[in-house]
Amino acid sequence: MQKLIQWVDERLPVVNAFEKHMSKYYTPKNFTFWYFFGVLSMVVLVNQLVTGIWLTMSYNPTGEGAFASIEYIMRDVEYGWLLRYLHSTGASAFFAVVYLHMFRGLLYGSYKKPRELIWIFGMAIYLVLMAEAFMGYLLPWGQMSYWGAQVIVNLFGAIPVIGDDLTQWIRGDYLISGITLNRFFALHVVALPIVLLGLVVLHILALHEVGSNNPDGIDIKKNKDENGIPKDGIPFHPYYSVHDIQAIVVFLFIFCVVVFYFPEMNGYFIEKPNFEPANPLKTPDHIAPVWYFTPFYAMLRAVTVPFLGLDAKFWGVVVMGAAIAVLFVLPWLDKSPVRSMRYKGWFSRIWLGIFVVSFIVLGVCGALPADAQAYWIAPVFTVLYFAYFILMPFYTLKEKTKPVPERLT
Amino acid sequence: MMIKLLSSLLLCLFAVGAGAAGPKVVLDEADVDIYDKPSLQRGVALFTNYCMGCHSMKYSRYERVADDIGIPHELYQENLIFGDAKIGELMEIAMEPEMAASWFGAAPPDLTLVARLRGGDWLYSYLRAFYKDDSRPLGVNNSVFKDVGMPHAMVSLQGLCDHKPHFGGEGSIDPISGKEVGLPGCQSFVTEGSMTPAEFDQAMLDLTNFLVYVGEPSKLQANAIAPFVLVFLVILFVPAYLLNREYWKDIH
Repeated sequence: MQKLIQWVDERLPVVNAFEKHMSKYYTPKNFTFWYFFGVLSMVVLVNQLVTGIWLTMSYNPTGEGAFASIEYIMRDVEYGWLLRYLHSTGASAFFAVVYLHMFRGLLYGSYKKPRELIWIFGMAIYLVLMAEAFMGYLLPWGQMSYWGAQVIVNLFGAIPVIGDDLTQWIRGDYLISGITLNRFFALHVVALPIVLLGLVVLHILALHEVGSNNPDGIDIKKNKDENGIPKDGIPFHPYYSVHDIQAIVVFLFIFCVVVFYFPEMNGYFIEKPNFEPANPLKTPDHIAPVWYFTPFYAMLRAVTVPFLGLDAKFWGVVVMGAAIAVLFVLPWLDKSPVRSMRYKGWFSRIWLGIFVVSFIVLGVCGALPADAQAYWIAPVFTVLYFAYFILMPFYTLKEKTKPVPERLT
Repeated sequence: MMIKLLSSLLLCLFAVGAGAAGPKVVLDEADVDIYDKPSLQRGVALFTNYCMGCHSMKYSRYERVADDIGIPHELYQENLIFGDAKIGELMEIAMEPEMAASWFGAAPPDLTLVARLRGGDWLYSYLRAFYKDDSRPLGVNNSVFKDVGMPHAMVSLQGLCDHKPHFGGEGSIDPISGKEVGLPGCQSFVTEGSMTPAEFDQAMLDLTNFLVYVGEPSKLQANAIAPFVLVFLVILFVPAYLLNREYWKDIH
C-alpha cells in the first residue's frame, strides 16, 4: 500500500494535495453550528448528481413522453420513486442548506477581506443553482412546470426592444414546447452541472488559500507557534471530518423523514398542479414558484407602477435582478473594522435581523396569491431588503464596535 | 434578541396570513386508509365497473394493483379486465379522447393521479355531490365541481338527489318548523338508488381509498422501509458521536 501511494505520488501530488486540503489545513477550533452547512451542501450536491444520473436512465425528455416517464419511474422502475423523491427533496434541501450557509457568512463577516472571492464564487454557485433548479422544474412536464417556465421565460420579454426576440430564442419556439424541454434537459443534466462543479472547486480552492474565517472573525494566522502552525488552528482532518459526520447523520435523518413521509411537503416541494400533464390551453388558477424562489417572485410582483415610460413588469425584473446582484458587491458595502456580529454594534445586528425577517416575509408573500395579502407588505419589505445593503456602508462605519480579542474565545 | 426577532417575525406572518382566506368549497373529510385491503378491493371493483368506461388509469398496471391490494392474478384477469388486455399492461381504455371531448365537452381526465391533484377529501365529497339540474345538458350538476361535464355515473346506486347538497359541518334546527335543516350530504331523492345513503357513502369512501392508493402506490414501500432507514441513522449517530468525542477530548 505504502509503495503504491509512493508510486502514484511520484507522478501525481496526491500526498501533497491531501495534506494541503485535509490533514494540514488548519481550521479555527471554535466553529459553531452554522459551520455545518458548507459540508451539508456538498452532501446534497453529491445526492443530486448521483440520483440525477440514475433518473436520466429512465426519463424521456420529450413533450410527448416526459410526464408518462416520470410516472414510469414512480411505478415501474425498481426504487424509482426513491430516486425521484431523493432528487426532488434534494433540490429543496440544497436551497435550505445554501441559505443557512449564506446566513453564516453574513453573521460572521466571512465575505470580508481577504475572502471576497470566496463570497463571489459562492454567489455564482447560488446563481447557477437557481438556473439549475428552474430548468429541472420544467422536466416533469406537469402544469406547474409548464406555466412556471412560461412566467419566468416571459420575464425576459420585459426587456425593451429585444425582449420578444430574446424570449423566442430562449424557448426555441413560439411557446414553451418540447423543443424548450429538450434544451432545458441538456442544460440541466450536462452544461450547468459542469459549471457548478467547476465553481465549487474554485470556491474551495479560494477558501483554502486564505483559510477559514471563524465566529470571532479574527485572523488565526497571526498567532503561530514555533512550527508555523496557528495556535488556535486544528487540522481539518481528522478533527472537522469526524465533527461533520455527526451533522451529516442528523441531516440525513431529517432529509429521510421528508423523503419517505412528506415528499410533497404539502405542495411546497412538489406542487399539486404538477400531477396534471402540461396543457398550453389551460392556465392554473394560481401560479406560484417553489418556495426557494418566492422571495424574489414577491419582489417582482411588488413593483406595480410604470416609470420612465417603461412598464411595471420591466422594473419588477430590474428589482428582482438587483436583489441578487447586490449580494455580489456585499464585501465592499461592509465598512466595519470587525468581521463578526459578536463584535459589531447594534445597528448591524438589528439590520441583519430586519434583512432575515424581510426575506422570510417576502417568501411568504411570493407563495400566496397577489390578492390574498395587503398590497403594501411586499413593497415595504422589498425596500427593507435593499435598505440592509444600501445603508450598510453608513451604519457599519458609524456604529461603535466592541474590541476584538487577540485569540479565539 | 432572538426572542424579539422571532416574535416580530410571527407578527409579520400573521399580518400576511390574515388576508389569505378566500371562498372555498367546504368538503367532507375522507377517512382514507391505504392498508384497508377489503376497502381497496371494493374500490377497484367500483372503479372498473363505473369509471373505466370513460376514464383511463394509463400510468398504472393491472398487475401492480392486483399485487398491492391482494387480488390473485387469475381472479383479477377474469373479473376486472375487460377485452383482451394482459395483466402486465397499462390500464388504458378504448375511448378516444377526441371523440369523448365532442360528446361531453371535455375529455374525461385520466384518473391515475387525480387523488394527488385534488386530494381524498375532494374526491369523497365530489362523488357524493351530484344533484338534479335540468338546466344542464345531462340533467345533473355537482355542488363541488360546478357545471361539470360528467354524468352521474353511479345514479343507479345513489339515486338522484333533488337538491344541491353541501358538505362539512352539522345541520341546525329551524326555529319555525322545528325541523332539522342544512344537513350535509343528500337528504331527499328524485329517484331511489339500490344503496342506502350510508352504504353509498361507504362505497364512495372505498373508491376514494383506491384512487388515493393508486395515485402513489410507492407509499406502501416507502412506509415499509422508512423505519429501517431511520433506525439505522439513529444507530449510526452513536459511533459518529463517540468518534467525535474521542478526537475532540484534548481540544480546548
